[in-house]
Amino acid sequence: MVMEMRKTDRGLALDLTGEWRAIAYRQIDSALAAVDLSGASHVEIATDRLAALDLTGAWRLREFVRRARGSGVQVDFAGAPPDQLRLVEETLSSREPEEAVPVADAAGGTPLHHVEGAEAATLAFIGRRAVALWRDMIGALAFLGRLSITALRALPHPKGLRPISIARHVYDTGITAMPIVALIAFLISVIIAYMSAEQLRSFGADIFVADLVTIGVLRELGVLLTAIIVAGRSGSAFAAEIGSMQLNEEVDALRATGVDPFQALVLPRVLGLVISLPLLTVVADLVGLAGGAVLCASLLHMPLEQYFHQVSQSISATTFWVGIIKAPVFAVLIGMAGTHRGMQVRGSSRELGRLTTVAVVQAIFLVILADALFAVLFMEIGV
Amino acid sequence: MDDTAAEPVQIPCLQEGKGVSYPVLEVRGLVNRFGSQVVHQGLDMDVRQDEVFGIVGGSGTGKSVLLRSILGLQRPEAGTILIEGHDITQLSGRALRAVKARYGVTFQQGALYSSLTVLQNVQLPMIEHLVALSPAARDELAMLKIRLVGLPADAARKYPAQLSGGMVKRAALARALALDPRLLFLDEPTSGLDPIGAAEFDGLMLYLQKQLRLTVVMITHDLDSIFRTCNRVGVIVDHRMETDTLERIVDHPHPWIQAYFHGERASIHLKVDHGA
Repeated sequence: MVMEMRKTDRGLALDLTGEWRAIAYRQIDSALAAVDLSGASHVEIATDRLAALDLTGAWRLREFVRRARGSGVQVDFAGAPPDQLRLVEETLSSREPEEAVPVADAAGGTPLHHVEGAEAATLAFIGRRAVALWRDMIGALAFLGRLSITALRALPHPKGLRPISIARHVYDTGITAMPIVALIAFLISVIIAYMSAEQLRSFGADIFVADLVTIGVLRELGVLLTAIIVAGRSGSAFAAEIGSMQLNEEVDALRATGVDPFQALVLPRVLGLVISLPLLTVVADLVGLAGGAVLCASLLHMPLEQYFHQVSQSISATTFWVGIIKAPVFAVLIGMAGTHRGMQVRGSSRELGRLTTVAVVQAIFLVILADALFAVLFMEIGV
Repeated sequence: MDDTAAEPVQIPCLQEGKGVSYPVLEVRGLVNRFGSQVVHQGLDMDVRQDEVFGIVGGSGTGKSVLLRSILGLQRPEAGTILIEGHDITQLSGRALRAVKARYGVTFQQGALYSSLTVLQNVQLPMIEHLVALSPAARDELAMLKIRLVGLPADAARKYPAQLSGGMVKRAALARALALDPRLLFLDEPTSGLDPIGAAEFDGLMLYLQKQLRLTVVMITHDLDSIFRTCNRVGVIVDHRMETDTLERIVDHPHPWIQAYFHGERASIHLKVDHGA
């Protein structure tokens, strides 16, 4: 019980009891909401039996008093009104230091002004996104430009390239990724070999399974799968690492020390990836061929000598290089997506999460787009 | 928000129990160790109702570990910790959650949730613990707390990253007061503030302490703050706590306490104290 109610000749008498604290808000709220003011002209509130009254309780009491007074009921306190009520009153009615100004929405954009109707709003939305996309592209181009300039400036002084830092990133993005890259390359080549064996067997052309695996893995799948795995692993790591450094003001600390974050953070990561991704691709190629061999030997009962003979037959001078040449390009795309998004993080942990996601999605998209362009290019030059 | 203007509000009905000052927080025989490194060895601590209790100690003496133990963020190796009579070392689940609704905390860096606005930050404990509150009531109560700590109303819609250091501290205080606790823990509340900002915060804290009848436990290095706000001080030395009133603790013979209260930076306060 938080309240006792009596009828008096003029109206109601409320005797507040017990602890009016936030923890008991449910009881307080329902007790006050249940008070029937109809027919009453006067309410007297006694607070001397209250064991406790905190601001939440006082605020609820104030709401009740306002409701009663609003409907023309006279409200009095037996004795002085509690001090907490006065504190709530004073705080809520104290003058504003400054009046509220319209704030830009959370994303930092400007609010929609004078847009009428759903069509106009849709149009505005599309326009805004288009402009944002355009600015984003310009930003990425500027980032690439700055990265190139930093790299060119650092070239004459090998120390400026920070070899130790690069080595660390080669280890983080390359060596530690080897098991997962090898496993996936193995499984994918087994899948290709298995699927194609089913089809080719009906023509009696089982032997061409080896050709299919070789060309598929060396030209396309080895490098593409490796790049996608690395985009997921390292693209996100770059964005999250640099992003949390931004939040901690570590990047600003570097700048203030006179260290260019592009040189210290961005370039070593991108260069590390440029070194490790081709190496990982070689691993993926080798394991992929081995996977094909395992399947051919076990399922098609093809002797290993025959498999590898067929493999060497199908490899032309360019097969391997057509695949591996793409690796450094993919590495730059992944590294740039990760570091660029990381550098964009401002303010909140939500931004960090959002931009890390953007980094990974964009890295994978760019890798596949570039792969398509390479396919067209290689077709045109006939390799 | 001048603390001198605000007289303590006398509400006798607020007094719980007959005793004048029963311990709100009681720590007995606390032991904390990390591997072979001893942090606390049989530490005792009592905080009485309606006082401002300062925790002082050199770096690495385990002030933060003590606070984390009290808040139930870390289980001590031995000892009991009673918050308003509940031993939090023995509690878990819902019972522990209920005790956690009884106190408010501000962390050293504010620890405001960066993806929420100030208003949402203050509302979060309400949403967690006061399910009966309607959204409109929550808005107004959160606004009440924000105004109470002296923040302008438009700060409510801002994100923590848009606030100045002093405003972050105030917003953190508003969040700590969201559930109207009677026990408030402040971890280095004035660190990172300029002397004027720190003095303002001290004044605000004293004002609220008197108005809301709070019991405040404060970790601090700020001598100005200690001399202005604390009734009693606990100093962590030799893995234990030496507790006394501010007037008496300064004469404690322990060399670290002597160095702390009689160092160059403290002399100004002691002269003022003896002169008064």
